[in-house]
Amino acid sequence: MKARARFAVTILAFGYAFLYLPIALVILYSFNDSRLVTVWAGFSLKWWKALFENEAMLDAAWLSLRIGLVSATLATLLGLAAGYALARVPRFRGRTLFGGLVIAPMVMPEVVMGISMLLLFVGSDQLFGGPQRGFLTITAAHVTFSLAFVAIVVQARLADFDRSLEEAAMDLGATPWTTFLTVTLPLIAPALASGWLLAFTLSLDDLILTQFVSGAQSQTLPMRVYSSVRLGVDPQINVLATIVVALAACALVVSGWLTHKRH
Amino acid sequence: MNGPIVKVDGVIKRFGAVNAVAGVDLKIARGELFALLGGSGCGKTTLLRLLAGFEQPDSGRILIDGQDMTGVPPHLRPVNMMFQSYALFPHLDVAGNIAYGLKREGVAKPEIAARVAEALSLVKLEGLGGRRPSQLSGGQRQRVALARALVKRPKLLLLDEPLAALDRKLREGTRFELVRLQEQLGLTFVIVTHDQEEAMSMASRLAVMNAGRIVQAGTPHDLYERPASRFVADFIGLANILETAPGRWLALRPEKIALSAERPATAHAVAGTVVEVAYEGDRSLYRVAVDAGPLMQVAQMNVARGTESAFRRGDAVWLGWADDAGQVLHE
Repeated sequence: MKARARFAVTILAFGYAFLYLPIALVILYSFNDSRLVTVWAGFSLKWWKALFENEAMLDAAWLSLRIGLVSATLATLLGLAAGYALARVPRFRGRTLFGGLVIAPMVMPEVVMGISMLLLFVGSDQLFGGPQRGFLTITAAHVTFSLAFVAIVVQARLADFDRSLEEAAMDLGATPWTTFLTVTLPLIAPALASGWLLAFTLSLDDLILTQFVSGAQSQTLPMRVYSSVRLGVDPQINVLATIVVALAACALVVSGWLTHKRH
Repeated sequence: MNGPIVKVDGVIKRFGAVNAVAGVDLKIARGELFALLGGSGCGKTTLLRLLAGFEQPDSGRILIDGQDMTGVPPHLRPVNMMFQSYALFPHLDVAGNIAYGLKREGVAKPEIAARVAEALSLVKLEGLGGRRPSQLSGGQRQRVALARALVKRPKLLLLDEPLAALDRKLREGTRFELVRLQEQLGLTFVIVTHDQEEAMSMASRLAVMNAGRIVQAGTPHDLYERPASRFVADFIGLANILETAPGRWLALRPEKIALSAERPATAHAVAGTVVEVAYEGDRSLYRVAVDAGPLMQVAQMNVARGTESAFRRGDAVWLGWADDAGQVLHE
Protein backbone atom coordinates (compact mmCIF):
# COMPACT_ATOMS: atom_id res chain seq x y z
CA MET A 1 0.00 0.00 0.00
CA LYS A 2 2.77 2.38 0.96
CA ALA A 3 4.78 1.50 -2.12
CA ARG A 4 1.77 2.20 -4.31
CA ALA A 5 1.27 5.60 -2.72
CA ARG A 6 4.92 6.44 -3.26
CA PHE A 7 4.60 5.37 -6.89
CA ALA A 8 1.55 7.60 -7.36
CA VAL A 9 3.32 10.59 -5.83
CA THR A 10 6.33 10.01 -8.08
CA ILE A 11 4.16 9.92 -11.17
CA LEU A 12 2.38 13.07 -10.05
CA ALA A 13 5.63 14.87 -9.41
CA PHE A 14 6.92 13.79 -12.80
CA GLY A 15 3.74 15.06 -14.47
CA TYR A 16 3.92 18.42 -12.75
CA ALA A 17 7.61 18.72 -13.54
CA PHE A 18 6.92 18.01 -17.18
CA LEU A 19 4.26 20.72 -17.29
CA TYR A 20 5.75 23.42 -15.10
CA LEU A 21 9.52 22.98 -15.01
CA PRO A 22 9.98 24.66 -18.41
CA ILE A 23 7.88 27.60 -17.23
CA ALA A 24 9.82 27.83 -13.97
CA LEU A 25 13.07 27.83 -15.94
CA VAL A 26 11.79 30.56 -18.23
CA ILE A 27 11.01 32.70 -15.20
CA LEU A 28 14.35 31.94 -13.57
CA TYR A 29 16.33 32.75 -16.70
CA SER A 30 14.54 36.08 -17.14
CA PHE A 31 16.77 37.22 -14.25
CA ASN A 32 19.91 35.83 -15.88
CA ASP A 33 22.90 38.04 -16.43
CA SER A 34 24.17 36.11 -19.44
CA ARG A 35 23.23 36.82 -23.01
CA LEU A 36 22.91 33.09 -23.59
CA VAL A 37 19.58 31.66 -22.56
CA THR A 38 20.95 28.36 -21.36
CA VAL A 39 23.91 29.49 -19.27
CA TRP A 40 23.36 30.92 -15.77
CA ALA A 41 25.71 33.80 -15.03
CA GLY A 42 24.22 35.39 -11.94
CA PHE A 43 21.20 37.52 -11.05
CA SER A 44 20.44 40.64 -13.05
CA LEU A 45 17.47 42.80 -14.09
CA LYS A 46 19.10 44.01 -17.28
CA TRP A 47 16.83 42.02 -19.62
CA TRP A 48 13.79 43.45 -17.86
CA LYS A 49 15.20 46.90 -18.49
CA ALA A 50 15.98 45.99 -22.09
CA LEU A 51 12.44 44.79 -22.72
CA PHE A 52 10.90 47.96 -21.38
CA GLU A 53 13.18 49.94 -23.71
CA ASN A 54 12.37 47.73 -26.69
CA GLU A 55 9.96 49.96 -28.63
CA ALA A 56 9.10 47.39 -31.27
CA MET A 57 8.15 44.78 -28.68
CA LEU A 58 6.13 47.28 -26.65
CA ASP A 59 4.30 48.48 -29.76
CA ALA A 60 3.45 44.92 -30.65
CA ALA A 61 2.19 44.25 -27.13
CA TRP A 62 0.06 47.40 -27.17
CA LEU A 63 -1.42 46.46 -30.56
CA SER A 64 -2.20 42.93 -29.36
CA LEU A 65 -3.83 44.28 -26.24
CA ARG A 66 -6.01 46.71 -28.18
CA ILE A 67 -7.02 44.05 -30.69
CA GLY A 68 -7.74 41.63 -27.85
CA LEU A 69 -9.95 44.08 -25.94
CA VAL A 70 -11.90 45.26 -28.97
CA SER A 71 -12.32 41.87 -30.63
CA ALA A 72 -13.26 40.10 -27.37
CA THR A 73 -15.90 42.73 -26.64
CA LEU A 74 -17.36 42.61 -30.14
CA ALA A 75 -17.25 38.81 -30.17
CA THR A 76 -19.07 38.74 -26.82
CA LEU A 77 -21.86 41.01 -28.09
CA LEU A 78 -22.29 39.13 -31.36
CA GLY A 79 -21.86 35.75 -29.70
CA LEU A 80 -24.51 36.67 -27.14
CA ALA A 81 -26.93 37.57 -29.94
CA ALA A 82 -26.16 34.37 -31.87
CA GLY A 83 -26.35 32.13 -28.80
CA TYR A 84 -29.60 33.77 -27.70
CA ALA A 85 -31.14 33.26 -31.12
CA LEU A 86 -30.09 29.60 -31.18
CA ALA A 87 -31.36 28.90 -27.66
CA ARG A 88 -34.49 31.04 -27.49
CA VAL A 89 -36.03 31.65 -30.89
CA PRO A 90 -37.92 28.40 -31.38
CA ARG A 91 -38.15 28.08 -35.14
CA PHE A 92 -36.96 30.30 -37.93
CA ARG A 93 -36.07 29.72 -41.54
CA GLY A 94 -32.54 28.44 -41.91
CA ARG A 95 -32.04 27.80 -38.18
CA THR A 96 -29.99 24.65 -38.76
CA LEU A 97 -27.88 26.39 -41.37
CA PHE A 98 -27.37 29.33 -39.03
CA GLY A 99 -26.30 27.03 -36.19
CA GLY A 100 -23.81 25.32 -38.49
CA LEU A 101 -22.41 28.57 -39.77
CA VAL A 102 -21.90 29.93 -36.27
CA ILE A 103 -19.88 26.90 -35.23
CA ALA A 104 -17.99 26.48 -38.54
CA PRO A 105 -15.07 28.78 -37.63
CA MET A 106 -14.34 26.57 -34.62
CA VAL A 107 -13.69 23.52 -36.76
CA MET A 108 -12.33 25.15 -39.89
CA PRO A 109 -8.53 25.03 -40.23
CA GLU A 110 -7.13 28.46 -39.52
CA VAL A 111 -5.09 28.35 -42.70
CA VAL A 112 -8.27 28.10 -44.75
CA MET A 113 -9.87 30.98 -42.90
CA GLY A 114 -6.66 32.95 -43.25
CA ILE A 115 -6.50 32.53 -47.00
CA SER A 116 -10.19 33.29 -47.50
CA MET A 117 -9.96 36.43 -45.42
CA LEU A 118 -6.81 37.54 -47.13
CA LEU A 119 -8.59 37.17 -50.48
CA LEU A 120 -11.56 39.09 -49.12
CA PHE A 121 -9.46 41.97 -47.88
CA VAL A 122 -7.33 42.11 -51.03
CA GLY A 123 -10.51 42.07 -53.13
CA SER A 124 -12.15 44.81 -51.11
CA ASP A 125 -8.95 46.82 -51.25
CA GLN A 126 -9.04 46.66 -55.06
CA LEU A 127 -12.76 47.40 -55.27
CA PHE A 128 -13.23 50.02 -52.54
CA GLY A 129 -9.66 51.01 -51.73
CA GLY A 130 -9.91 49.73 -48.16
CA PRO A 131 -9.71 48.71 -45.45
CA GLN A 132 -6.01 49.01 -44.90
CA ARG A 133 -4.63 45.74 -43.63
CA GLY A 134 -3.75 46.19 -39.97
CA PHE A 135 -5.65 46.76 -36.73
CA LEU A 136 -9.08 46.71 -38.40
CA THR A 137 -8.61 43.56 -40.46
CA ILE A 138 -6.95 41.63 -37.63
CA THR A 139 -9.75 42.61 -35.27
CA ALA A 140 -12.41 41.55 -37.79
CA ALA A 141 -10.68 38.20 -38.30
CA HIS A 142 -10.40 37.58 -34.56
CA VAL A 143 -14.07 38.44 -33.98
CA THR A 144 -15.06 35.98 -36.71
CA PHE A 145 -13.55 32.94 -35.08
CA SER A 146 -13.90 33.82 -31.41
CA LEU A 147 -17.59 34.69 -31.54
CA ALA A 148 -18.29 31.00 -32.15
CA PHE A 149 -16.86 30.16 -28.73
CA VAL A 150 -18.95 32.82 -27.01
CA ALA A 151 -22.09 31.69 -28.85
CA ILE A 152 -21.54 28.09 -27.71
CA VAL A 153 -21.02 29.11 -24.07
CA VAL A 154 -24.09 31.38 -24.09
CA GLN A 155 -26.28 28.80 -25.79
CA ALA A 156 -25.26 26.13 -23.29
CA ARG A 157 -25.99 28.44 -20.35
CA LEU A 158 -29.38 29.41 -21.76
CA ALA A 159 -30.29 25.81 -22.52
CA ASP A 160 -30.32 24.86 -18.82
CA PHE A 161 -31.86 28.15 -17.77
CA ASP A 162 -35.25 27.91 -16.04
CA ARG A 163 -37.65 29.56 -18.49
CA SER A 164 -40.19 30.20 -15.75
CA LEU A 165 -37.84 32.88 -14.36
CA GLU A 166 -38.30 34.91 -17.53
CA GLU A 167 -42.02 34.20 -17.52
CA ALA A 168 -42.24 35.33 -13.90
CA ALA A 169 -40.54 38.61 -14.80
CA MET A 170 -42.99 39.23 -17.65
CA ASP A 171 -45.88 38.24 -15.42
CA LEU A 172 -44.74 40.89 -12.95
CA GLY A 173 -44.93 43.57 -15.61
CA ALA A 174 -41.52 43.50 -17.30
CA THR A 175 -41.42 43.98 -21.07
CA PRO A 176 -39.40 41.33 -22.96
CA TRP A 177 -36.48 43.77 -23.18
CA THR A 178 -36.58 44.61 -19.44
CA THR A 179 -36.83 40.90 -18.70
CA PHE A 180 -33.68 40.32 -20.69
CA LEU A 181 -31.81 43.12 -18.93
CA THR A 182 -32.95 42.42 -15.36
CA VAL A 183 -33.23 38.63 -15.29
CA THR A 184 -31.62 36.87 -18.24
CA LEU A 185 -28.48 38.99 -18.48
CA PRO A 186 -27.52 38.93 -14.77
CA LEU A 187 -28.00 35.16 -14.69
CA ILE A 188 -25.87 34.45 -17.75
CA ALA A 189 -23.24 37.06 -16.81
CA PRO A 190 -20.73 34.41 -15.63
CA ALA A 191 -21.02 32.67 -19.00
CA LEU A 192 -20.50 35.99 -20.78
CA ALA A 193 -17.45 36.76 -18.64
CA SER A 194 -15.85 33.42 -19.38
CA GLY A 195 -16.75 33.81 -23.06
CA TRP A 196 -15.07 37.21 -23.11
CA LEU A 197 -11.94 35.83 -21.42
CA LEU A 198 -11.84 32.96 -23.90
CA ALA A 199 -12.16 35.33 -26.86
CA PHE A 200 -9.51 37.64 -25.39
CA THR A 201 -7.06 34.77 -24.88
CA LEU A 202 -7.69 33.40 -28.35
CA SER A 203 -7.08 36.82 -29.87
CA LEU A 204 -3.98 37.49 -27.79
CA ASP A 205 -2.06 34.40 -28.89
CA ASP A 206 -3.35 33.86 -32.41
CA LEU A 207 -0.54 33.66 -34.92
CA ILE A 208 -1.67 31.84 -38.06
CA LEU A 209 -4.79 33.78 -38.96
CA THR A 210 -3.20 37.05 -37.90
CA GLN A 211 -0.28 36.55 -40.25
CA PHE A 212 -2.62 36.30 -43.22
CA VAL A 213 -4.59 39.45 -42.49
CA SER A 214 -1.98 41.74 -40.97
CA GLY A 215 -0.29 44.38 -43.06
CA ALA A 216 3.41 45.12 -43.30
CA GLN A 217 3.17 47.81 -40.64
CA SER A 218 1.26 45.97 -37.97
CA GLN A 219 2.90 43.22 -35.96
CA THR A 220 1.11 41.65 -33.05
CA LEU A 221 2.95 40.30 -30.03
CA PRO A 222 2.95 36.63 -31.10
CA MET A 223 4.24 37.63 -34.54
CA ARG A 224 6.97 39.76 -33.00
CA VAL A 225 8.01 36.98 -30.61
CA TYR A 226 7.99 34.42 -33.38
CA SER A 227 10.19 36.48 -35.66
CA SER A 228 12.62 37.41 -32.88
CA VAL A 229 12.94 33.73 -31.91
CA ARG A 230 13.90 32.92 -35.47
CA LEU A 231 16.73 35.44 -35.22
CA GLY A 232 18.03 33.78 -32.09
CA VAL A 233 16.51 33.75 -28.63
CA ASP A 234 17.19 36.71 -26.45
CA PRO A 235 16.44 36.60 -22.68
CA GLN A 236 13.95 39.42 -23.27
CA ILE A 237 11.61 36.70 -24.45
CA ASN A 238 11.93 35.11 -21.01
CA VAL A 239 10.96 38.38 -19.40
CA LEU A 240 7.94 38.68 -21.67
CA ALA A 241 6.90 35.11 -20.91
CA THR A 242 7.24 35.77 -17.20
CA ILE A 243 4.93 38.78 -17.43
CA VAL A 244 2.34 36.80 -19.39
CA VAL A 245 2.47 33.93 -16.88
CA ALA A 246 2.05 36.38 -14.00
CA LEU A 247 -0.94 38.03 -15.66
CA ALA A 248 -2.56 34.67 -16.43
CA ALA A 249 -2.03 33.54 -12.82
CA CYS A 250 -3.65 36.75 -11.56
CA ALA A 251 -6.63 36.28 -13.88
CA LEU A 252 -7.00 32.70 -12.65
CA VAL A 253 -6.93 33.76 -9.01
CA VAL A 254 -9.44 36.57 -9.61
CA SER A 255 -11.86 34.35 -11.54
CA GLY A 256 -11.54 31.64 -8.89
CA TRP A 257 -12.24 34.19 -6.18
CA LEU A 258 -15.29 35.52 -8.06
CA THR A 259 -16.71 32.02 -8.54
CA HIS A 260 -16.10 31.24 -4.88
CA LYS A 261 -17.83 34.44 -3.78
CA ARG A 262 -20.87 33.65 -5.90
CA HIS A 263 -21.49 30.35 -4.11
CA MET B 1 -68.33 46.35 -13.23
CA ASN B 2 -70.18 43.46 -11.77
CA GLY B 3 -69.81 40.81 -14.43
CA PRO B 4 -67.56 37.81 -13.98
CA ILE B 5 -63.87 38.55 -13.49
CA VAL B 6 -62.94 35.84 -15.97
CA LYS B 7 -64.91 34.74 -18.98
CA VAL B 8 -63.50 32.02 -21.20
CA ASP B 9 -65.32 31.64 -24.51
CA GLY B 10 -64.83 28.47 -26.56
CA VAL B 11 -61.07 28.46 -26.13
CA ILE B 12 -59.05 25.91 -28.07
CA LYS B 13 -55.28 25.50 -27.81
CA ARG B 14 -53.36 22.96 -29.87
CA PHE B 15 -49.76 21.81 -29.50
CA GLY B 16 -49.00 20.08 -32.78
CA ALA B 17 -51.72 17.47 -33.21
CA VAL B 18 -52.74 17.49 -29.55
CA ASN B 19 -55.66 19.57 -28.35
CA ALA B 20 -54.34 20.64 -24.96
CA VAL B 21 -57.44 22.73 -24.38
CA ALA B 22 -60.32 21.48 -26.52
CA GLY B 23 -63.09 24.05 -26.26
CA VAL B 24 -63.51 25.45 -22.77
CA ASP B 25 -66.27 27.80 -21.63
CA LEU B 26 -65.92 29.12 -18.12
CA LYS B 27 -67.02 31.99 -15.92
CA ILE B 28 -65.32 32.85 -12.67
CA ALA B 29 -67.02 35.32 -10.33
CA ARG B 30 -65.28 38.05 -8.36
CA GLY B 31 -63.81 37.00 -5.03
CA GLU B 32 -64.01 33.32 -5.79
CA LEU B 33 -61.40 30.76 -4.93
CA PHE B 34 -61.73 28.68 -8.04
CA ALA B 35 -59.91 25.40 -8.54
CA LEU B 36 -59.08 23.65 -11.79
CA LEU B 37 -58.78 19.98 -10.96
CA GLY B 38 -57.58 17.18 -13.17
CA GLY B 39 -54.95 14.55 -13.79
CA SER B 40 -51.69 15.29 -15.56
CA GLY B 41 -52.11 16.28 -19.19
CA CYS B 42 -55.77 17.24 -18.79
CA GLY B 43 -55.08 20.82 -19.94
CA LYS B 44 -55.46 22.61 -16.61
CA THR B 45 -51.99 24.14 -16.65
CA THR B 46 -52.39 25.19 -20.29
CA LEU B 47 -55.65 26.91 -19.37
CA LEU B 48 -53.85 28.75 -16.56
CA ARG B 49 -51.06 29.79 -18.93
CA LEU B 50 -53.68 31.05 -21.38
CA LEU B 51 -55.09 33.23 -18.60
CA ALA B 52 -51.62 34.54 -17.75
CA GLY B 53 -50.87 35.24 -21.41
CA PHE B 54 -47.95 32.86 -21.88
CA GLU B 55 -49.97 31.05 -24.53
CA GLN B 56 -52.38 32.48 -27.07
CA PRO B 57 -55.58 30.55 -27.88
CA ASP B 58 -55.93 29.12 -31.40
CA SER B 59 -59.59 30.05 -31.29
CA GLY B 60 -62.04 31.49 -28.80
CA ARG B 61 -61.28 34.36 -26.48
CA ILE B 62 -60.60 35.21 -22.88
CA LEU B 63 -62.04 38.25 -21.10
CA ILE B 64 -60.58 39.46 -17.85
CA ASP B 65 -62.66 42.04 -16.04
CA GLY B 66 -64.64 42.55 -19.22
CA GLN B 67 -61.58 43.25 -21.37
CA ASP B 68 -60.69 41.06 -24.31
CA MET B 69 -57.23 39.66 -23.66
CA THR B 70 -56.61 38.48 -27.23
CA GLY B 71 -53.11 39.57 -28.23
CA VAL B 72 -52.39 41.19 -24.86
CA PRO B 73 -48.90 40.12 -23.68
CA PRO B 74 -48.34 38.86 -20.11
CA HIS B 75 -46.77 42.06 -18.83
CA LEU B 76 -49.87 44.10 -19.66
CA ARG B 77 -52.41 41.79 -18.02
CA PRO B 78 -53.93 42.60 -14.62
CA VAL B 79 -53.01 39.10 -13.55
CA ASN B 80 -50.19 37.64 -11.49
CA MET B 81 -49.10 34.08 -11.23
CA MET B 82 -47.43 31.96 -8.62
CA PHE B 83 -45.32 29.38 -10.39
CA GLN B 84 -45.13 25.74 -9.39
CA SER B 85 -41.33 26.01 -9.22
CA TYR B 86 -41.83 29.43 -7.50
CA ALA B 87 -39.41 30.93 -10.09
CA LEU B 88 -37.75 33.19 -7.51
CA PHE B 89 -34.95 35.28 -8.98
CA PRO B 90 -31.77 33.76 -7.53
CA HIS B 91 -29.72 36.93 -8.05
CA LEU B 92 -32.07 39.08 -5.96
CA ASP B 93 -32.79 38.88 -2.23
CA VAL B 94 -36.29 38.33 -0.86
CA ALA B 95 -37.12 42.05 -0.75
CA GLY B 96 -35.71 42.49 -4.27
CA ASN B 97 -37.89 39.65 -5.52
CA ILE B 98 -41.02 41.15 -4.00
CA ALA B 99 -40.14 44.66 -5.18
CA TYR B 100 -39.48 43.53 -8.76
CA GLY B 101 -43.05 43.94 -9.98
CA LEU B 102 -43.52 47.28 -8.24
CA LYS B 103 -40.34 48.65 -9.81
CA ARG B 104 -41.67 47.76 -13.24
CA GLU B 105 -44.78 49.80 -12.47
CA GLY B 106 -42.61 52.78 -11.56
CA VAL B 107 -43.85 52.94 -7.97
CA ALA B 108 -41.90 55.47 -5.86
CA LYS B 109 -39.11 54.06 -3.67
CA PRO B 110 -40.61 54.82 -0.23
CA GLU B 111 -43.88 53.24 -1.30
CA ILE B 112 -42.07 50.17 -2.62
CA ALA B 113 -40.36 49.75 0.75
CA ALA B 114 -43.66 50.10 2.59
CA ARG B 115 -45.49 47.65 0.34
CA VAL B 116 -42.68 45.10 0.48
CA ALA B 117 -42.74 45.27 4.28
CA GLU B 118 -46.52 44.89 4.23
CA ALA B 119 -46.31 41.89 1.89
CA LEU B 120 -43.64 40.27 4.07
CA SER B 121 -45.80 40.60 7.14
CA LEU B 122 -48.81 39.30 5.22
CA VAL B 123 -46.98 36.03 4.61
CA LYS B 124 -45.28 36.13 8.03
CA LEU B 125 -41.73 36.52 6.77
CA GLU B 126 -40.84 39.72 8.64
CA GLY B 127 -37.12 40.24 8.91
CA LEU B 128 -36.18 37.88 6.08
CA GLY B 129 -36.08 40.56 3.37
CA GLY B 130 -32.30 40.40 3.11
CA ARG B 131 -32.04 36.65 2.57
CA ARG B 132 -31.33 35.04 -0.76
CA PRO B 133 -33.86 32.47 -2.05
CA SER B 134 -31.18 29.78 -1.69
CA GLN B 135 -31.02 30.48 2.06
CA LEU B 136 -34.73 29.78 2.60
CA SER B 137 -36.65 26.59 3.35
CA GLY B 138 -39.20 25.25 0.87
CA GLY B 139 -42.11 26.66 2.85
CA GLN B 140 -40.49 30.08 3.10
CA ARG B 141 -39.81 30.12 -0.63
CA GLN B 142 -43.43 29.32 -1.31
CA ARG B 143 -44.47 32.30 0.81
CA VAL B 144 -42.01 34.62 -0.94
CA ALA B 145 -43.47 33.56 -4.28
CA LEU B 146 -46.94 34.26 -2.92
CA ALA B 147 -45.92 37.68 -1.58
CA ARG B 148 -44.28 38.58 -4.87
CA ALA B 149 -47.46 37.77 -6.78
CA LEU B 150 -49.76 39.48 -4.25
CA VAL B 151 -47.84 42.71 -3.81
CA LYS B 152 -49.00 44.01 -7.21
CA ARG B 153 -52.64 43.67 -6.06
CA PRO B 154 -53.72 41.82 -9.18
CA LYS B 155 -57.36 41.44 -10.13
CA LEU B 156 -56.71 37.77 -10.49
CA LEU B 157 -54.09 35.58 -8.85
CA LEU B 158 -53.18 32.36 -10.61
CA LEU B 159 -51.58 29.60 -8.55
CA ASP B 160 -50.01 26.65 -10.33
CA GLU B 161 -49.91 23.69 -7.93
CA PRO B 162 -49.12 26.03 -5.03
CA LEU B 163 -48.75 23.29 -2.44
CA ALA B 164 -47.25 20.46 -4.50
CA ALA B 165 -43.66 21.07 -3.41
CA LEU B 166 -44.45 21.19 0.32
CA ASP B 167 -44.44 18.24 2.68
CA ARG B 168 -47.76 16.93 3.89
CA LYS B 169 -47.89 18.57 7.31
CA LEU B 170 -46.97 22.00 5.94
CA ARG B 171 -49.39 21.56 3.07
CA GLU B 172 -52.40 21.26 5.35
CA GLY B 173 -51.51 24.38 7.32
CA THR B 174 -50.79 26.35 4.14
CA ARG B 175 -54.20 25.44 2.73
CA PHE B 176 -55.96 27.33 5.49
CA GLU B 177 -53.42 30.12 5.17
CA LEU B 178 -54.20 30.58 1.47
CA VAL B 179 -57.95 30.62 2.10
CA ARG B 180 -57.46 33.15 4.91
CA LEU B 181 -55.38 35.42 2.62
CA GLN B 182 -57.88 35.14 -0.20
CA GLU B 183 -60.76 36.13 2.09
CA GLN B 184 -58.76 38.86 3.79
CA LEU B 185 -57.69 40.48 0.51
CA GLY B 186 -60.94 39.81 -1.32
CA LEU B 187 -59.04 38.72 -4.43
CA THR B 188 -60.00 36.13 -6.97
CA PHE B 189 -57.74 33.07 -6.86
CA VAL B 190 -57.54 30.45 -9.56
CA ILE B 191 -55.72 27.36 -8.35
CA VAL B 192 -54.55 24.53 -10.54
CA THR B 193 -54.16 21.25 -8.73
CA HIS B 194 -54.15 17.52 -9.28
CA ASP B 195 -54.98 16.91 -5.62
CA GLN B 196 -58.75 16.52 -5.25
CA GLU B 197 -58.60 16.81 -1.49
CA GLU B 198 -56.84 20.15 -1.85
CA ALA B 199 -59.35 21.41 -4.40
CA MET B 200 -62.35 20.24 -2.35
CA SER B 201 -61.18 21.76 0.92
CA MET B 202 -60.07 25.13 -0.44
CA ALA B 203 -62.23 26.05 -3.40
CA SER B 204 -65.53 27.85 -3.33
CA ARG B 205 -66.10 26.37 -6.77
CA LEU B 206 -64.11 23.95 -8.87
CA ALA B 207 -64.01 22.56 -12.36
CA VAL B 208 -62.95 19.02 -13.15
CA MET B 209 -61.01 18.76 -16.39
CA ASN B 210 -60.35 15.77 -18.60
CA ALA B 211 -58.76 15.61 -22.05
CA GLY B 212 -58.81 19.39 -22.51
CA ARG B 213 -62.44 19.87 -21.53
CA ILE B 214 -64.28 20.88 -18.40
CA VAL B 215 -66.29 17.83 -17.45
CA GLN B 216 -68.20 19.45 -14.62
CA ALA B 217 -68.04 22.69 -12.64
CA GLY B 218 -69.73 23.47 -9.36
CA THR B 219 -69.30 23.75 -5.62
CA PRO B 220 -67.31 20.98 -3.91
CA HIS B 221 -70.57 19.71 -2.42
CA ASP B 222 -72.26 19.60 -5.83
CA LEU B 223 -69.43 17.68 -7.39
CA TYR B 224 -69.21 15.19 -4.55
CA GLU B 225 -72.89 14.51 -4.02
CA ARG B 226 -74.22 15.12 -7.53
CA PRO B 227 -71.54 14.09 -10.00
CA ALA B 228 -72.72 14.39 -13.59
CA SER B 229 -70.75 11.48 -14.98
CA ARG B 230 -69.00 8.31 -13.98
CA PHE B 231 -65.67 10.08 -14.59
CA VAL B 232 -66.38 12.77 -12.00
CA ALA B 233 -67.88 10.30 -9.52
CA ASP B 234 -64.77 8.19 -9.80
CA PHE B 235 -62.27 11.08 -9.88
CA ILE B 236 -63.57 12.87 -6.80
CA GLY B 237 -63.58 10.70 -3.71
CA LEU B 238 -64.48 7.02 -3.73
CA ALA B 239 -67.60 5.71 -5.41
CA ASN B 240 -69.31 2.41 -6.03
CA ILE B 241 -70.66 2.60 -9.54
CA LEU B 242 -73.41 0.08 -10.14
CA GLU B 243 -74.97 -0.46 -13.54
CA THR B 244 -78.68 -0.55 -12.78
CA ALA B 245 -79.85 -0.71 -16.41
CA PRO B 246 -78.07 -0.43 -19.78
CA GLY B 247 -76.72 3.16 -19.95
CA ARG B 248 -77.85 3.89 -16.40
CA TRP B 249 -75.61 3.81 -13.39
CA LEU B 250 -75.90 4.48 -9.69
CA ALA B 251 -72.98 6.18 -7.94
CA LEU B 252 -72.93 5.34 -4.25
CA ARG B 253 -70.39 6.88 -1.86
CA PRO B 254 -68.90 4.37 0.61
CA GLU B 255 -70.00 6.36 3.67
CA LYS B 256 -73.64 6.45 2.51
CA ILE B 257 -73.88 2.68 2.93
CA ALA B 258 -74.67 1.26 6.36
CA LEU B 259 -72.98 -1.94 7.42
CA SER B 260 -74.72 -4.30 9.81
CA ALA B 261 -74.79 -7.91 10.95
CA GLU B 262 -78.59 -8.14 10.66
CA ARG B 263 -80.68 -7.28 7.65
CA PRO B 264 -81.29 -3.48 7.91
CA ALA B 265 -84.67 -1.80 7.43
CA THR B 266 -83.39 0.49 4.64
CA ALA B 267 -84.95 0.72 1.20
CA HIS B 268 -82.16 -1.34 -0.30
CA ALA B 269 -80.35 -4.19 1.39
CA VAL B 270 -77.94 -6.81 0.07
CA ALA B 271 -75.94 -9.50 1.80
CA GLY B 272 -72.22 -10.06 1.31
CA THR B 273 -68.90 -11.11 2.83
CA VAL B 274 -66.09 -8.84 4.01
CA VAL B 275 -63.07 -9.45 1.76
CA GLU B 276 -60.69 -6.80 3.01
CA VAL B 277 -60.51 -4.27 5.81
CA ALA B 278 -58.34 -1.13 5.64
CA TYR B 279 -58.03 0.43 9.08
CA GLU B 280 -57.37 4.17 8.72
CA GLY B 281 -57.72 5.18 12.35
CA ASP B 282 -60.73 7.46 12.21
CA ARG B 283 -62.58 5.11 9.93
CA SER B 284 -62.30 1.71 8.37
CA LEU B 285 -62.80 0.96 4.72
CA TYR B 286 -64.33 -2.43 3.96
CA ARG B 287 -64.39 -4.22 0.66
CA VAL B 288 -67.44 -6.41 0.58
CA ALA B 289 -68.16 -9.09 -2.00
CA VAL B 290 -71.89 -8.90 -2.54
CA ASP B 291 -73.47 -12.32 -3.19
CA ALA B 292 -73.58 -12.72 -6.98
CA GLY B 293 -72.61 -9.10 -7.40
CA PRO B 294 -69.71 -6.66 -7.60
CA LEU B 295 -67.11 -5.77 -4.97
CA MET B 296 -68.43 -2.82 -2.96
CA GLN B 297 -66.55 -0.31 -0.83
CA VAL B 298 -68.10 0.69 2.45
CA ALA B 299 -66.73 3.16 4.98
CA GLN B 300 -67.62 3.24 8.64
CA MET B 301 -66.43 5.60 11.33
CA ASN B 302 -64.70 3.98 14.28
CA VAL B 303 -66.69 5.74 16.97
CA ALA B 304 -66.01 3.32 19.81
CA ARG B 305 -62.45 3.05 21.13
CA GLY B 306 -62.65 -0.58 22.15
CA THR B 307 -62.33 -2.52 18.92
CA GLU B 308 -60.12 -1.98 15.91
CA SER B 309 -62.82 -2.40 13.25
CA ALA B 310 -66.42 -3.44 13.75
CA PHE B 311 -66.16 -6.32 11.26
CA ARG B 312 -63.38 -8.64 10.22
CA ARG B 313 -62.36 -10.33 7.04
CA GLY B 314 -64.72 -13.22 6.29
CA ASP B 315 -67.63 -11.81 8.31
CA ALA B 316 -71.07 -12.12 6.72
CA VAL B 317 -72.62 -8.64 6.61
CA TRP B 318 -75.57 -6.71 5.23
CA LEU B 319 -75.24 -3.52 3.23
CA GLY B 320 -78.11 -1.07 3.36
CA TRP B 321 -78.77 2.30 1.79
CA ALA B 322 -81.67 4.68 1.38
CA ASP B 323 -83.46 5.55 -1.85
CA ASP B 324 -81.78 8.95 -2.12
CA ALA B 325 -78.29 7.78 -1.08
CA GLY B 326 -76.85 7.58 -4.57
CA GLN B 327 -76.73 9.63 -7.74
CA VAL B 328 -78.20 8.24 -10.95
CA LEU B 329 -75.86 8.75 -13.91
CA HIS B 330 -76.56 8.61 -17.63
CA GLU B 331 -73.02 8.97 -18.99
